Amino acid sequence: MKADRELDLKGEICPYTFVKSKLALEEIAVGEVLRVVVDYPPAVENVPRSMENEGNEVLSVQPIGPSQWEIMVRKVG
Amino acid sequence: MFGFSEEEIRRYSRHIILPEVGGRGQKKLRESRVLVVGAGGLGSPVAMYLAAAGIGTLGLVDMDRVELSNLQRQLLHTTADAGELKVESARRRLAALNSQLRLELHPVRLGADNVASLISGYDVVVDGVDNFPARYLLNDACVLAGKPLVEGGLLRFHGMAMTIVPGSGPCYRCVFPEPPPPGAVPSCSEAGVIGAAAGIIGTVQATEAIKVLLGIGRPLVGRVLTVDVLEGTYRTVEWGKNPRCPVCGEHPTITSLRELAEYDLACDLPGAGTRAP
Repeated sequence: MKADRELDLKGEICPYTFVKSKLALEEIAVGEVLRVVVDYPPAVENVPRSMENEGNEVLSVQPIGPSQWEIMVRKVG
Repeated sequence: MFGFSEEEIRRYSRHIILPEVGGRGQKKLRESRVLVVGAGGLGSPVAMYLAAAGIGTLGLVDMDRVELSNLQRQLLHTTADAGELKVESARRRLAALNSQLRLELHPVRLGADNVASLISGYDVVVDGVDNFPARYLLNDACVLAGKPLVEGGLLRFHGMAMTIVPGSGPCYRCVFPEPPPPGAVPSCSEAGVIGAAAGIIGTVQATEAIKVLLGIGRPLVGRVLTVDVLEGTYRTVEWGKNPRCPVCGEHPTITSLRELAEYDLACDLPGAGTRAP
């Protein structure tokens, strides 16, 4: 899947992983997809949960390397 | 990222996380200009919370100097500031709180001759004065200019707050059409005031200003918050526009800024126009 916007948050910790993901989501259009890369383990659960709480659609969360994960989320509201 | 620096993202993260604020709202706050009239009991929490919130430009009107009797409630100022202009001591405090804040200091007495130009460059005006002449002057000027005004008042153990959005709800004169006669209502210096109550009303005013700037929630428009801290009662009273209001009613008698009267009932105190409670 192709993302409309990419956000590399390696080295960033919570809550700023979500704060920055939220800012990026605010800037893209409804229906567009944001790809977030994190390497802070708690963010793998926190960021998708917070995204969903805001009404967005988390498309996938998967490891893409040693201690690296990719979160794909579609902006809904 | 809305042009935010790393520092801004961290500093304002608790705002940005709020769905009602977000990056869009925080950017709006940064672009906002608020005038705080009075750097005293109410103006202190108002200015400090607005500075902390990331308001871009804060104007401060006060011509008084810091006195020891102010320090019981006016948290902008410290003991070492005694004798200094309040706007100068406020500048130090606010700059230490948030160096990104742009401050516009107006060490002048609020009067009919300057009130229109003072408020003209700002999005919202917050009233932190301690006397009726200045309060009515500010109300009339804001109504005539269509400028949102966040009212707050304080005496002894009582406080009130309301938000005036001209055209959308009542103004101060709709609630209190005319100033009380001289001597009918004592000033804080005569009657006393519990310092912490200034924090309650001032923080309500700061919150109202942010709500108006962001267009969120239900500001205290058409409602008057009254607080009795001694009894621990907080009430909001619904209040509609007064069709016979002299400034915003159907047949207003105060129709231009030229007609703004400087009421001759000011306390005989120096700088009565801008003294803060």
